[in-house]
Amino acid sequence: MGKKTGEVQTVDQFLDSTLESVDSAEDLVLDVAQKAGFPEEDLHKIGMAVRESMVNAVVHGNQYSAHKKVHVSVSKGPDRLTVTIADQGKGFDLGTVPDPLADTNILRHSGRGMFLIRAFMDELQVRRLSPLGTEVTLTKYLGRK
Amino acid sequence: MSVKLSTRQVGDVSVLDVAGRITLGEGSSALRDTLRDLMSKGHKKILLNLGEVSYIDSSGIGELVSGFTTVANQGGQLKLLGLTKRVKDLLQITKLYTVFDVHDDEASAVRAFS
Repeated sequence: MGKKTGEVQTVDQFLDSTLESVDSAEDLVLDVAQKAGFPEEDLHKIGMAVRESMVNAVVHGNQYSAHKKVHVSVSKGPDRLTVTIADQGKGFDLGTVPDPLADTNILRHSGRGMFLIRAFMDELQVRRLSPLGTEVTLTKYLGRK
Repeated sequence: MSVKLSTRQVGDVSVLDVAGRITLGEGSSALRDTLRDLMSKGHKKILLNLGEVSYIDSSGIGELVSGFTTVANQGGQLKLLGLTKRVKDLLQITKLYTVFDVHDDEASAVRAFS
């Protein structure tokens, strides 16, 4: 589904809670980002941030439930790309995510996803949805180093 | 292609050549299974050649860390070879670059196993 409002173009999809959807979301967002003119290195960062966000939604949020969907929305504005990924899970407190760079956590198997999303995007917003779900909004600006 | 793994011996060092994507699912589980298989067969000097790895996510990084700690806990060594710029950048921003013994050249990497 797509719509155009002024200079902002939005495409969105409801995806199953599967690992295949992680690939689908990455492809969807990268297609829009490529057409928006992001350079190759930014495309890699955007793709990875979307992948990590989708894994959080599918694995930790919806826990692979066949009854829950992930809503992915990508908007292309004149100077930015905005991606919103919302699951229907119980949610989590961002403040409880351990710092993966702390000496005590550096050799942990997991826990680097949110850190990488922050590192690769210009902005990250996380909000709880009512009654269930977590929505993350990722923003990348064109031409920003 | 998700990931392709092949193992060869260089002296007493097991070189695991990895190509493709190490991401959650097939890629990271294939790497985990292959490393476990090597360790179960008594291989304790493992050189992970990542020169043909095009993409690695946080799950893949987790498998590298798990492999490193598991081999070390069993008295062995796991070293990395041929990092692409993207993989190197990822290990640097996650502060893991200095945790691993990283080499650009296979011969020097093999010699580095004591």
